[in-house]
Amino acid sequence: MNALNLLLLIPLVGFLICLLAPKENEGLARTLALGASVLALVVGLGMIGLVVAMPTGFHYQSDIVWITTPNIHYHVGVDGFSLWMVLLTALLTPLSILASWKSVKHNANLYYAFILLLEFGVLGVFVSLDLFLYYVFWEISIVPVLFLIGMWGTEKRSAAAVKFFLYTMTGSVLMLSGIIYLYTKTNTFDFTRLAALTQTLPAEARWLMFLAFFFAFAIKTPLFPLHTWLPDTYSAAPTPVTVLLAGVLSKMGTYSLLRFCIGLFPAEAQHAAPWVAALAVTSIIYGALVAIVQPNMKRLVAYSSISHLGFVVLGIFAFNRWGLDGAVYQMVNHGLSTGALFLLVWFLEDRRGSLEIADYGGVARVAPWLSTAFMVVALASIGLPMLGNFVGEFLILQGAAKASFPWAVFASLGVILSAVYMLWMYQRVFFGEIAESVSSYMPDLTLRECVVIGPLIVLLIWFGISTSGMLEPISAANAELLNRIEGPARVAVMK
Amino acid sequence: MNSLFPTSADFLRTLPVIILAIFGTLLMVLEPLTGDGKGEKPQLRWLAIIGLALAMAGAVVAYGDRGAAFNGMLMVDGFGIFFSVLVIGTGLLTVFCAQDYLVREGHENGEFYALLLFSIAGQCIMATANELIILFIGLEISSIASYVLAGFLRDDRRANESAIKYFLLGSFATAFLLYGVAWIYGLTGSTNLAVIQNSLAANPANPRLLAVAVALMFVGFAFKVSAAPFQIWAPDVYQGAPAPISAFLSAGPKAAAFAIFLRVFTTAFDASFEKWEPVFWVSALLTMIIGNFAALRQTNIKRLLAYSSIAHAGYVMVAVTSHSSVGTAAAMFYLASYAFVNVGAFAVVSYVAAKGEKHLNVDDFAGLAARQPLAALVMTIFFTSLIGVPLTAGFFGKFYIFKAALDAGMVWLTVLGLLNSAVAAYYYLRVIVVMYTHEPSAAVDNLEPASSSLQFGWVTAATATIVLGVLPSALLEFASRSAILR
Repeated sequence: MNALNLLLLIPLVGFLICLLAPKENEGLARTLALGASVLALVVGLGMIGLVVAMPTGFHYQSDIVWITTPNIHYHVGVDGFSLWMVLLTALLTPLSILASWKSVKHNANLYYAFILLLEFGVLGVFVSLDLFLYYVFWEISIVPVLFLIGMWGTEKRSAAAVKFFLYTMTGSVLMLSGIIYLYTKTNTFDFTRLAALTQTLPAEARWLMFLAFFFAFAIKTPLFPLHTWLPDTYSAAPTPVTVLLAGVLSKMGTYSLLRFCIGLFPAEAQHAAPWVAALAVTSIIYGALVAIVQPNMKRLVAYSSISHLGFVVLGIFAFNRWGLDGAVYQMVNHGLSTGALFLLVWFLEDRRGSLEIADYGGVARVAPWLSTAFMVVALASIGLPMLGNFVGEFLILQGAAKASFPWAVFASLGVILSAVYMLWMYQRVFFGEIAESVSSYMPDLTLRECVVIGPLIVLLIWFGISTSGMLEPISAANAELLNRIEGPARVAVMK
Repeated sequence: MNSLFPTSADFLRTLPVIILAIFGTLLMVLEPLTGDGKGEKPQLRWLAIIGLALAMAGAVVAYGDRGAAFNGMLMVDGFGIFFSVLVIGTGLLTVFCAQDYLVREGHENGEFYALLLFSIAGQCIMATANELIILFIGLEISSIASYVLAGFLRDDRRANESAIKYFLLGSFATAFLLYGVAWIYGLTGSTNLAVIQNSLAANPANPRLLAVAVALMFVGFAFKVSAAPFQIWAPDVYQGAPAPISAFLSAGPKAAAFAIFLRVFTTAFDASFEKWEPVFWVSALLTMIIGNFAALRQTNIKRLLAYSSIAHAGYVMVAVTSHSSVGTAAAMFYLASYAFVNVGAFAVVSYVAAKGEKHLNVDDFAGLAARQPLAALVMTIFFTSLIGVPLTAGFFGKFYIFKAALDAGMVWLTVLGLLNSAVAAYYYLRVIVVMYTHEPSAAVDNLEPASSSLQFGWVTAATATIVLGVLPSALLEFASRSAILR
């Protein structure tokens, strides 16, 4: 069996086993889940060699007929772009499981089962090369989130779970109508063949399909003004799940924008680029401004995530290699840094049971290691040089400047604002008078927490210093994409 | 070719109907002779199950020898057999799911099973009818038995109300249909669908007169499938009728009604369908919108499912509107998957409702997952299928229908229909969320474990929902082969 199928199979089998595991025995379920997700990570890491050596074109492909009418295949593969999304997912899942280790008391087997189902769905989205299969995985990834929020979330969880599901569903039915339409015109769901076939369709149809896809991805990412589900969902979800929502699920939106919106409808995307860039810049600034005034750490990080994802979208729609490379690089680093931020917020919440900034103060003196870790991650999130996010944001700004200078100026404003909200929060939580609630009980990082946060910090530093290992394959994959879409896109510009 | 006496092939091809009629009669005869005095009649239940199983086998035998029967009055083709098997299967599931209910209410008796079998026999006739009078007879056999079934609990006021409403409005609609048949006969001189088709093609009738005739028949059919604007009866009837009967009514008779709808409009009125397309288009859209938006506000679970069944009739109407063999196959697949899902969902409802159907509020389902995990799990499978989440039958049903619609170039109907299904997700989700995230309600706390028969019923339905959702090819290919009507 090829590695990619194995990678998909492991979480699926893990899901079924956890589902059948005894309800009372939380230790067994979490061990099983951790084992499965670590195994998936190992398999994922094993794929790096081949893909990095030849980043263009899809590797580990398998193409099996699933349904004959219509012609639906189980067709999967990874290239130098999707590999990083896969690895991000495979990395954050075991960390999220490890972070939930002690906190899930009731129905633990279900909790871990749903986490693995979520991993299965998201991995499937990143590796599907058949649009129908892609849609199936896309929907599969929504269902566990509904239950994870609904059953283990904080207050207002039912409303948040339903809101999340309905938002995503609205986007995805539009995408479904686009996918079906594409099939009725081309008779295939195969992504590798569709890319050429879409150019034969009438312009009006391409526009409608571009909009249908774009709408779905803009909700998922999310892009202003379709972001309103995000703060409620992120804050109602149990924080280890928020790590996956912010770190991984948001990448489904940006990944799909790049792969499908640009890959299938390059001319339309090029035409729409100024409008999308405007939305992206609005997201950047709006997210940052709202983050500044949040009294709640989790919501603050949630809004900061909206702001940072605006950069990714801006980079994608800059339509040059700097923008694209930066966007993909930033997707990975945003996953790592936002995931790490939510994890650290979770460590605080786990200790004190509060997310309000006002309840904290002087943590640095009581828990120095926790504070140091938070500092590094916060600086990464701001985009300090030598840390991963800097590389991504720099490339994005460079790409945006080449495309249209004013956008880059406005976007840079977002970088400054991110320093404002991040450092201000850091100051209020970690410095100053030791708050009463902090002095009573605030142990430093435990060994388990070090294992959870350590890899993320190491990677953030690694990707900040040594960029070529990841950036070169990304760049090669993007160069191929740009090369392929150049024709249609140039036509669009000439019009 | 026209022989005075029926041939053996005639009997062979109508085997399911014959078996159902024999067993139905047998059940009535045996009714006074059985029973243990406690209101339970397992012998009759098993007799009904055997009768239905034999009828299904009979349908398979009949499939081996397809063709016209009784001088072309019946057309036993793949399409007809598909729907016969579908309604018989619905009946079987209903028997398994109704047992608990009937025993609990002290009403398990031969009448119930006999009426059920007669109703199904009528639906088998509808499915294979190739002639307007036979179609009418099948419809009446099915309907009259259904009216009685809706009011089956004689002493229950809600059931009585439901039955009276169903009967009055139903017979009104049937009258429209019959009047339409009379007009058609006057215009073409025949009631045979093939003859009407040829006659209308050869010498077009006066378009105005034809319009009146088609409109009258459309009203009759639209009523039976609860398509807008003739859907008003459905919520009241489904809410008042005993839950297992609501399950049956929303699956069996509706599927059979769609069968005749499809057959008449793809054969007899095939040539002039383009003229009717706007009517179907509007009706399909209205049905989806009314069903889904009304369901958003329901707190009674039976009423919610009733409006949901209207909405789903709207999706099938989209397939009818596409007027192609692809659309017909999509409708067939959809109705089959819908039958499993809805009978299963109503079975869970009848289980939670408990004696006298006291607990029908959505909030009564609170915490079901904590107390009765299996019931909550199957209900979740049914509801995700109704939402249309991939890997359930409902998803492929919707997918095929909207694919057929796009094939026919109806882009806006597709987009609006799919957006409708996103709206619908809300009211289904509410039930799922209540089951999984809330503390158990008093109703759920006092639930007895479900009987093995009920569990068998809903597990079968849930398994079918998943199997059709993962491997839909076999059923769809059968439907595609059978969908070409002439």
